[in-house]
Amino acid sequence: MMASIQPRKVPYFLTGPGVIFFAALLGAPMVMTLLLSLHSYDFNTGIQPDWTLANYVEVLGDSYFQKIFGRTFGLALLVTVICVLIGVPEAYVLSRLSSRWRSVFLLVVLGPLLISVVVRTLGWALFFGGNGVLTMTAQALGFGDEPVSLMFTFTGMTIALVHVLVPFMVISVWASLQKIDPQSEDAGLSLGASKMTVLRRITLPQAMPGILSGSIIVFALTASAFATPAIIGGRRMKVVATAAYDEYLSTLNWPLGATIAILLLLANIGIIVSYNKLIERRFAKVFE
Amino acid sequence: MSFLIFETLNKKFGDFVAVRDMSLSVERGEFISLLGPSGCGKTTTLQMVAGLLPPTSGRIVLDGKDITKTPPNQRGLGIVFQSYALFPHMTATDNVAFGLEMRGVGKAERTDRARGALDQVKLGQFVDRYPKDMSGGQRQRVALARALVIEPPVLLLDEPLSNLDAKLREEMRIELRLLQQDIGVTTILVTHDQEEALSMSDRIVVMQQGDVAQIAAPLDLYERPTNTFVSDFVGKTNLIQGQITGDNEVNVDGTRVSVDTLAHTHGSSVTLSIRPEKFQMSDDPSGHEVRVEAAIFLGASWLYRVKGSMGDLFVTQPNTGSAGYAKGDVAWLGWPEGALTLFKGAQ
Amino acid sequence: MQNLGPAARIFHALFVIFILAPLIMVIAVSFTDKGYLSLPTDGLSLRWFRAILDNPDFIDAFWMSVWLAVISASVAVLISVPAALAIARHKFPGRDVISAFLLSPLMIPHLVLGVAFLQFYSTIGLGGSFYGLAAAHVILITPYALRLALASATGLSTDAENAALTLGASKFTVFRRITLPLILPGVAGGWLLSFITSFDELTMSVFVASPATQTLPVRMYHHITQTIDPLIASISTVLIVLTFLVMLILDRFYGLDKIFVGKG
Ligand SMILES: Nc1ncnc2c1ncn2[C@@H]1O[C@H](COP(=O)(O)OP(=O)(O)OP(=O)(O)O)[C@@H](O)[C@H]1O
Ligand SMILES: [Mg+2]
Repeated sequence: MMASIQPRKVPYFLTGPGVIFFAALLGAPMVMTLLLSLHSYDFNTGIQPDWTLANYVEVLGDSYFQKIFGRTFGLALLVTVICVLIGVPEAYVLSRLSSRWRSVFLLVVLGPLLISVVVRTLGWALFFGGNGVLTMTAQALGFGDEPVSLMFTFTGMTIALVHVLVPFMVISVWASLQKIDPQSEDAGLSLGASKMTVLRRITLPQAMPGILSGSIIVFALTASAFATPAIIGGRRMKVVATAAYDEYLSTLNWPLGATIAILLLLANIGIIVSYNKLIERRFAKVFE
Repeated sequence: MSFLIFETLNKKFGDFVAVRDMSLSVERGEFISLLGPSGCGKTTTLQMVAGLLPPTSGRIVLDGKDITKTPPNQRGLGIVFQSYALFPHMTATDNVAFGLEMRGVGKAERTDRARGALDQVKLGQFVDRYPKDMSGGQRQRVALARALVIEPPVLLLDEPLSNLDAKLREEMRIELRLLQQDIGVTTILVTHDQEEALSMSDRIVVMQQGDVAQIAAPLDLYERPTNTFVSDFVGKTNLIQGQITGDNEVNVDGTRVSVDTLAHTHGSSVTLSIRPEKFQMSDDPSGHEVRVEAAIFLGASWLYRVKGSMGDLFVTQPNTGSAGYAKGDVAWLGWPEGALTLFKGAQ
Repeated sequence: MQNLGPAARIFHALFVIFILAPLIMVIAVSFTDKGYLSLPTDGLSLRWFRAILDNPDFIDAFWMSVWLAVISASVAVLISVPAALAIARHKFPGRDVISAFLLSPLMIPHLVLGVAFLQFYSTIGLGGSFYGLAAAHVILITPYALRLALASATGLSTDAENAALTLGASKFTVFRRITLPLILPGVAGGWLLSFITSFDELTMSVFVASPATQTLPVRMYHHITQTIDPLIASISTVLIVLTFLVMLILDRFYGLDKIFVGKG
């Protein structure tokens, strides 16, 4: 049945459906969004037929949006740092467990990735809410009657996002720890290094690619996270994603929303690409 | 007319010539080995015969029919791949029965015949095993049964024994050869193991970087190699540089060696080749004096490295039960007439 | 537990508590007997699970999510299997570009996809349609299906297929009897991962879904932004249990770590 197709063309027939589907349903919407961001918007008459960079000037120049972008990237940085600080040791601990415990705890640590972000964030909302458990616990323990609430706070968002994203850090470090030849650690010990030195000089450098790729994943996902900031941060603690959502669905200023989205996309791709370059350059020699 | 004929087969990958002008005529029932070092084009040749690679030029004729353009699934040849290429999701029986199924053989009959074929390769108890639950040798035999059960006109074997341990490999050589003679199937074996080629084949094709270096029967190949590549690759040999200084006389660094120089001109550089086991080593001070530099006991024989006025030489002597020479001993080497082969040019 | 000092063990325990705490909280609250949010301090009750049955819009949203995930995961697999075979086994001009293109949704924040589809569909008159939503999900999850299909197609040597070919099988038979069974584990894993990703997706769907095509996460999100009550906790508990079952299946057949290395 394939005999009628020239062998040279076979790969194009095989990838064709996907490419056509993607061109129509990914390419077109993305281009339209880019174009939309170049129109101005009038609150009475809607989207204007003009071509302008005014939206970009507005988003980049307005202190309101600057604050939101600043908060978002600050949040992403903080969440990434915390994920490194707790995710890397956890991955190391996992790799040291006996194989039975390891599979149990891998399930515990990675499993939540499969559970809807809405559900996981709800758990934190239950902790944080004004009439939530934090308050009840504080009251039950006799810490006074003031409601203790982390809802709508930066701290609350940070804790919930670390929880949502730290499994990505663990899995990424775990994957690179898996590749380490255990004998290289034994070799280090046999050469007279202490366990701590082996960890620092032999294990950690080999885990570095995993830490770096885990960081970029966590950073990018935090920077564009919507559900957790929307539920925990709400209107009071807007981030880029929730701000764009409001422009689209509350203010109905689509061109401005599109502009925020495009900027988020560019920042995302820019960070991923430059980070990958950095990693490649640093590790090209060791990890082909 | 021969049963299987390669007519100036060529295969290029871009500018790289993997097989150059290979011509060969194989008789019905003959066992041919393609022998050569890694990367010399053995697998490429075999794949052209199988129809898995189209030749760049040349023809392949099987039983009088040109099959150069026949697709692999219509050639009907039996092939044992180097990796065995068993179907991991099928039992041994289903693996073997697959080719029969493709030929429209009914279920009952093909199961019967597949089991028969597995019996033939002594796998009667393993008919329902999956490949992952079998040893390397067992897998190899499933692959063989799968190739043979379709009663192919030609059996192609790509290094079928190279993944087996040394002992099993030797056993399988004999088994495979007996089975082949039993069925009488024309066979082409690809190998880089010269012992394997020498012990199994009717004729051997030695390949060197895509070229045919020599085609000969095993004994001829071993005793009368036509170039230094073959003499060095097939069996061990000592290659000694010299110059023809007179009739039947070659000068090796001042030592005169007498050898038949008929085919060579006076004064030209030549390479002498002598196999280590052709030397006779003795304490009798006649012949070529050497000092033993290293002595290695190999069980059935001793291998010595010795130094003399002709340079470093390797010498093999059978183990007669008494102690051999030791490092530092002085001994004398002799060799029978005809043990030396002369090749044109320096090596 | 070899080679672990007490500090490492305490750290590990705290980490596990941190990971499980919010889930346990959700489950605990869902068993309350009160009419408001509270821990079931004086008695467990199933009243909030019964309450799910009185809220058919959640049940509709659940089935909407299931159908959406089944359809889009299936389409994603149909697209990615042939593409993976081509990319893994052929060298052809444009190969890297095509593979980068099909994996590109991984680099695009879901929010961006959401606004892009919202505008695209309302322009071409498909706003709020189920098929539009499904197509958007296909774009979103194809990279996951493709990665797992690629992983199994890359590991597959052509030897077995060549063997079948020389035994007389046609190219189609080779595909059906040899290639497909051998890549099936990767394909099935890709389907499941795609299914779950689609089922859980909120950020993009919140833009694209209409009231008629609300998925469960979208329905839950809108509910939570209005009010957080024990009902949403009991629904979440059901989801946690269902996800846990799927997780056991995945872990049993593939190992969760292998799946997630693909997800990141
Ligand atoms: N598809 C290909 N494209 C380019 N070069 C190839 C290709 N297949 C084989 N070659 C080259 O052709 C030469 C012969 O390869 P071939 O596989 O026939 O070697 P071989 O004699 O079977 O070696 P080995 O003993 O290692 O299996 C090698 O140098 C190889 O690199
Ligand atoms: Mg080969």
